[in-house]
Amino acid sequence: MKISLTVNGKSQSGEAEGRTLLSTFLRENLRLTGTHIGCDTSQCGACTVHVNGMQVKSCTMFAAEADGAEVTTIEGMAEPDGSLNTIQQAFQDHHGLQCGFCTPGMVMAAASLLKANPKPTEAEVRAYLQGNICRCTGYHNIVKAIMAASGQELPALAAE
Amino acid sequence: MYSFEFVKPATLDEALAALKDEDAQPLSGGQTLIPTMKQRLNQPGSLVSLLGIPELVGVSISDNVLSIKGATNHAAIVAETRDSFPGLSALAGKIGDPAVRNRGTIGGSIANNDPSACYPAAAMACQATIMTNAREIAADDFFEGMFTTALEEGEIVTGVRFPIPQTANYQKFEQPASRFPLTGVFVAKYGDRVGVGVTGASNNGVFRWGEAEEALTANFTPDAIKDLSMPADDMIADLHGSAEYRAHLVKVLTGRAVAAC
Repeated sequence: MKISLTVNGKSQSGEAEGRTLLSTFLRENLRLTGTHIGCDTSQCGACTVHVNGMQVKSCTMFAAEADGAEVTTIEGMAEPDGSLNTIQQAFQDHHGLQCGFCTPGMVMAAASLLKANPKPTEAEVRAYLQGNICRCTGYHNIVKAIMAASGQELPALAAE
Repeated sequence: MYSFEFVKPATLDEALAALKDEDAQPLSGGQTLIPTMKQRLNQPGSLVSLLGIPELVGVSISDNVLSIKGATNHAAIVAETRDSFPGLSALAGKIGDPAVRNRGTIGGSIANNDPSACYPAAAMACQATIMTNAREIAADDFFEGMFTTALEEGEIVTGVRFPIPQTANYQKFEQPASRFPLTGVFVAKYGDRVGVGVTGASNNGVFRWGEAEEALTANFTPDAIKDLSMPADDMIADLHGSAEYRAHLVKVLTGRAVAAC
């Protein structure tokens, strides 16, 4: 079937089977490979994107369900001039990534957290990241980066 | 996963017509169904999506009864019941993770009747009514056992009606990998009765702890259940906890829920 959707502000369409996952459609049809498939069992959150403004796991939604939707992926997060946005820059500044595989999902999750809760506490950040797994166990700096992106002074985080 | 036909009806009637096909299965949020299909544990001929049907989404209150339509997702339930039924809002806010809560629905959860799902505990404690396209079913009659409900082939959950309690609390003892409750207890206090719904504990699925309900109706304090004991005979035993451990948790969590009310 034909799927038409808006991805990062751009109209896109393509053919998909019923079983085509949104993550597959983004990566293989649209070649937007910033959305990562970490586990394919709906647990790791590396595939997190926003559909109509809501954070979802794109490996746990069919492309057909996103027909007509507005989708934002990690490729849509940079500023219009191509520079890193506040969250991305904070991840770089605070070394919020090690291997980088979970990073697209972490940034997408952080963006929806800060939209709903612009000044979260450290505990709120950690709770919100429940669905995003970092196999390098680099949570400490991820949390630090998100706190910094929220414009808050960096607290003495638990592990320090 | 196996191939299937994706069907996206715009109305409930269209959905019910599409579900008459043999091997057709309803798809709500898909947060359980899609992972199951990826493992090839499920092979529907067609999936009928319920999320695009406006008449299946929304929350309303009338005469102190909260009605939640079947395809309403957990995140919407968190937001829309925060003032009217904070106990249920808190329960919904602890399901899965933020991405799962944006997709998964109450109707899907209730219809799947996972023995560790959260909503069934609230539905039992509140003596909720499960609405389907064909009839209304009392929660006590709806949940028949692990992954088993009173739903007939082609029948779908269109909503759930909860009489709003004076106060309620849900205690979820989380299994940290899955975030499902290892055991969960929902306590709801009404003028004339107290409901205690238990999930994650029994081999027979969600149940009401009648003895505790009686004791708490007479005296709504944690002390009221201190001499009761929950038998371990029918409890789930797995690598996360023995039957005795779960039976013990039921009592501990019931006490904590009452104390938190």
